[in-house]
Amino acid sequence: MASGIAAARVNFTAKRVSISHLPETTIPEIQRAIAKLGFESQPIADNLVAPTGEDSRELLKAMAVSGFAMMNIMLLSVSVWSGAEGGTRDLFHWISALIALPTIAYSGRPFFRSAWAALRHGRTNMDVPISIGVTLATALSLFETFTGGAHAYFDGAVMLLFFLLTGRWLDSVMRDRARDGVTALLKNRAAGALVITTDGSSEWLASDKLKTDMVMLVAAGERLAADGEIVKGASRFDLSLLTGESAPAAMAIGDTVHAGTLNLDGPVEVRITAAGATTALADIARLMEDAAQSKSRYVRVADRAARYYAPAVHTLALSSFVGWMLMGAGWHQSLLIAVAVLIITCPCALGLAVPAAQIVAAGVLMKKGILVKDGSALERLAEVDRALFDKTGTLTMGQPEPVNLGELSAEQKSVALALARASRHPLSQGLRRALEREGVKAVALDHLEEIPGEGVKALWGLQEVRLGRTDAGEAGASLGVSLDVGDASATVLRFEDAMRPAAEATIEQLAKLGIESSIASGDRAEAVAPVARALGLTAQTGMQPQDKLDTIARLASGGQKVLMIGDGLNDGPALAAGYASLAPASASDAGQNAADAVFLGDSLAPVAQAVEVARATQRIVRQNFALAIGYNVIAVPLAIMGLVTPLIAALAMSGSSLIVVGNAIRLKAITK
Amino acid sequence: MTGILFLIPIAIGLGLLGLVGFFWSLKSGQFDDMDGAALRILIDDDGPGDD
Repeated sequence: MASGIAAARVNFTAKRVSISHLPETTIPEIQRAIAKLGFESQPIADNLVAPTGEDSRELLKAMAVSGFAMMNIMLLSVSVWSGAEGGTRDLFHWISALIALPTIAYSGRPFFRSAWAALRHGRTNMDVPISIGVTLATALSLFETFTGGAHAYFDGAVMLLFFLLTGRWLDSVMRDRARDGVTALLKNRAAGALVITTDGSSEWLASDKLKTDMVMLVAAGERLAADGEIVKGASRFDLSLLTGESAPAAMAIGDTVHAGTLNLDGPVEVRITAAGATTALADIARLMEDAAQSKSRYVRVADRAARYYAPAVHTLALSSFVGWMLMGAGWHQSLLIAVAVLIITCPCALGLAVPAAQIVAAGVLMKKGILVKDGSALERLAEVDRALFDKTGTLTMGQPEPVNLGELSAEQKSVALALARASRHPLSQGLRRALEREGVKAVALDHLEEIPGEGVKALWGLQEVRLGRTDAGEAGASLGVSLDVGDASATVLRFEDAMRPAAEATIEQLAKLGIESSIASGDRAEAVAPVARALGLTAQTGMQPQDKLDTIARLASGGQKVLMIGDGLNDGPALAAGYASLAPASASDAGQNAADAVFLGDSLAPVAQAVEVARATQRIVRQNFALAIGYNVIAVPLAIMGLVTPLIAALAMSGSSLIVVGNAIRLKAITK
Repeated sequence: MTGILFLIPIAIGLGLLGLVGFFWSLKSGQFDDMDGAALRILIDDDGPGDD
């Protein structure tokens, strides 16, 4: 174990390790220690460590209590239904009441709270009829118990809570699981920088501790943690995450560089001009916040249904009460019937219909490598009819891939792999990945040495081999690296940002689903044109984050529901503003935070799959609604006629709930 | 009838015991890392690699 580390414990479920260490042990040291064990690690930003799953835990407790109470009350109810009379029945009702009252007070809180919040604002939601139904049923059953009556609805009221809590809990678990998954992905790439202190030594500082006028040392392959001005050295910078531009920009002393950009070539010293909330990043973050507000106006399917459902239920119950009173039934019997109507119509199946379908869908999508953040995201994904793609990092991989490997002999490839493995430079990494994919075996090298800004060199037997910077002309967006083996003439390897696999098929699939696609890129027209041509898409180029927002707003005002797919910081506002949005796992933190769903892997295929599964889910949800309404059409007249006893109510409730859950599980088979 | 007076409290008591057990395990973090426990059993506590 490395020095300075007191304890380490891995949470396999969350894919996280928590480490207790001495204050002088720095994060890079810990990362190196973990790397020595053969694992790659990334620090998690402070604001992401907040405990998740608090809501789920509360709901699970409420569900456990109501489940326990339901079973015990049901046990007593069964004997009442099978003919217990007189004192035994009264005793059983009393015991039921003793179990039910604390349970309803405890487990009903989520519903009472939400119903009260809605009523206070003069609105109504699914929880209003639930709360009224449960309260009335309990009050009436209590009255029955006191007066030795025959029908108590304690079992119905508690069962209702149990089924509804199950639905709530599923919904909440789904959100937690996806959020944990996304948090695990957030790489927090530049969590800090190596700062040169006044006495010449260097110290690693977290990004929130960086101040203006500090000088940070940025090695090749590192992302900048703050905005600044180069004071020493020169390098090329990959701006793609910030602006969408794919061609690296050469920067030298006096040039301004921004946080979030990647240093490609050599080490540079940067004097910080803006850090933390004052960087160019912060402007994008502000745009994003504004854009996200439009999304919060979306109303979930279940709540939309409740708008019509709740008044209908209340009218029905009230009119059956009034009706029976007018027919001279007496207030006791009329109230009993009205409560039966409320219990029967309580949206038990409705409350389960949506979350059950959505959690099954989320499970299916997770297997396909798509993490959907919540149920509302699934609903919105199903409705999109227009897709906007970012180019760099979204349609393309966003990382350089060698394009002319075919020019190398098998021997050269083996040497190239051995050299490329020794460097963290993005081009070396790209070369290594491509060669490893081909199954190339590396040769053994001696005196391996990396010269920053120059390349890697070594001895292969007696020949000197070198992989490094080339002075040969570089055309357009492509980058070059030269490979020298011995005295033979150098081979120049060219790198380009390759298209994601299945990009073309995905665009076609989207078109089949009735979704028209186009490109919205921050890159120059010359760089976007080949991609647009290959995919047969129209493209807008040179777009600022604000331009992308405007495009989405224009499409939305034309009645279109835009699916935004992007990865960069510059896409953040657009991802937040889109009707629904997707980001690849390679995306910037901001992009992943803003998107509704994140897909893993290189392939673009999950984009179309996500929409397909979301639509299948929506079909199931609609079927479930139809089933729930059909059940009401049969059961409500029976209740109004006064034929529903607590036994029938219990059977109807559990029967309809089982049916909608069964229908939701069908999704697994459909979407396979 | 007298049997019921014993049996019902016993039945409810057993159920409550289960509920309390569940709350306890939830609170003590038994469900926090469902996959880890299965793997951690394989770690040899007094192996030579431990220091």
